[in-house]
Amino acid sequence: MAVSVDPIHQFEIQPIVSLGHIGNQQLAFTQSALYMFAAVGIIALLTIVATSGRSVVPGRLQALAETLYEFIADTVHQATGADGKRFLPLVFSLFMFVLVLNLLGMLPYSFAVTSHLVVTFGLALVVILTVVIYGVAKHGTHFLGVFVPSGVPKPLLLIMVPIEIVSFLSRPISLSVRLFANILAGHIALKIFAFFVVQLLVAGAWGVLSPLPLALTIALTALEFLVAALQAYVFATLTAVYLADALHPGH
Amino acid sequence: MAEKNPLTTPSPNADTQVVPPGSHHTHTEQPSGGHKSAFPPFESHTFLSQLIWLALAFGLLYYLMSKIALPRIEAILGDRANRLSADLDEAQRMKSEAEAAGQAYEASLREAQAKAQGIAQDTRNALSAEADAKRKTLEAELNQRLAAADATIKARTAEAMGNVRAIAGETASAIVERLTGKAPDQASLNRALDATPAIH
Repeated sequence: MAVSVDPIHQFEIQPIVSLGHIGNQQLAFTQSALYMFAAVGIIALLTIVATSGRSVVPGRLQALAETLYEFIADTVHQATGADGKRFLPLVFSLFMFVLVLNLLGMLPYSFAVTSHLVVTFGLALVVILTVVIYGVAKHGTHFLGVFVPSGVPKPLLLIMVPIEIVSFLSRPISLSVRLFANILAGHIALKIFAFFVVQLLVAGAWGVLSPLPLALTIALTALEFLVAALQAYVFATLTAVYLADALHPGH
Repeated sequence: MAEKNPLTTPSPNADTQVVPPGSHHTHTEQPSGGHKSAFPPFESHTFLSQLIWLALAFGLLYYLMSKIALPRIEAILGDRANRLSADLDEAQRMKSEAEAAGQAYEASLREAQAKAQGIAQDTRNALSAEADAKRKTLEAELNQRLAAADATIKARTAEAMGNVRAIAGETASAIVERLTGKAPDQASLNRALDATPAIH
């Protein structure tokens, strides 16, 4: 391999089975889709196959599934209250999907699906559409109370309402960009620092410095695992917080 | 992969190429040098495909979670909570049962102790009553014998006192005979005897 590695190459979408085109859109079963279904399979393995025994004294995997369930159930309950339980499947699915995709992306030579903005935006869109559709269906025009903070003097509302509208509209963007940017930047940084090790090793006497970027790469790898889990949690928590608006629009 | 994927977006170099305006399909071959195309996350020709697969995969995941996985885990947790509380209740019930049994045991113990004390008291009472009765009969018998002995003594004394008169008479008669040479007559003897208080 030449001493030049493209840190962006890892994010390329590789078609596995090409299915033709619509306009300029290429339809294909890609490695991204493969990772998505692998994540679904892993989650199903953990939450369905491992719990098939329904044992009162759980095994390791069942205990893990139960812990994750209780973790997300607590998060949803704290954010939305008792009537938010109907959204538990959505938040749990989002959390597990993002978490497993992030962690799969940490495997060497693998592909991080969540490093693509269109994927994270699609997930954020699911959240926002759920909030809007459920909020309007349940509260009708009262759902607009989302934009009117309670306990604010009337003149201030002239400023507050536009701010609230902008903040509401920016939610899908911030939700998707946060996840996308974290994963993308982390993987690029990892690639670059790991490549420094190679570059130093082939640069003769400079090779003695190669442990420095190696240590940094190891530290970054640990950090990226943290980011992978943390971003999944942030995504799930924010989803729960936004869903609380749909349930109780009056702040 | 430019070889597998004929429809990559134009590379940045392609901007400098003369592209006919309005041409959406730029089937220009990439320059050799491979996939130095746009930043992959912004390659818009992959968006539709990714969104479709995302919808399918996430829809499948949501279906599996909401219909199978989460109800099952919830049931497992609920079942466990129920069983724990049932076990605790059972333990509580058994504990109170044991306490009741302990109290019943202590009550019967106290009862038995009281009964034993009663029996002992009764026996003691019966024995002392019997001893009292025996003592009384013995005392009565002794008193009777004492009285009988008293009577005998009195009878003997009377008898002896009776004999004293005869002996005194005989002695007096003998003394008088020795002194006077002649025995006194019975009548004067009796008079003399009657006059002597010590004989009575």
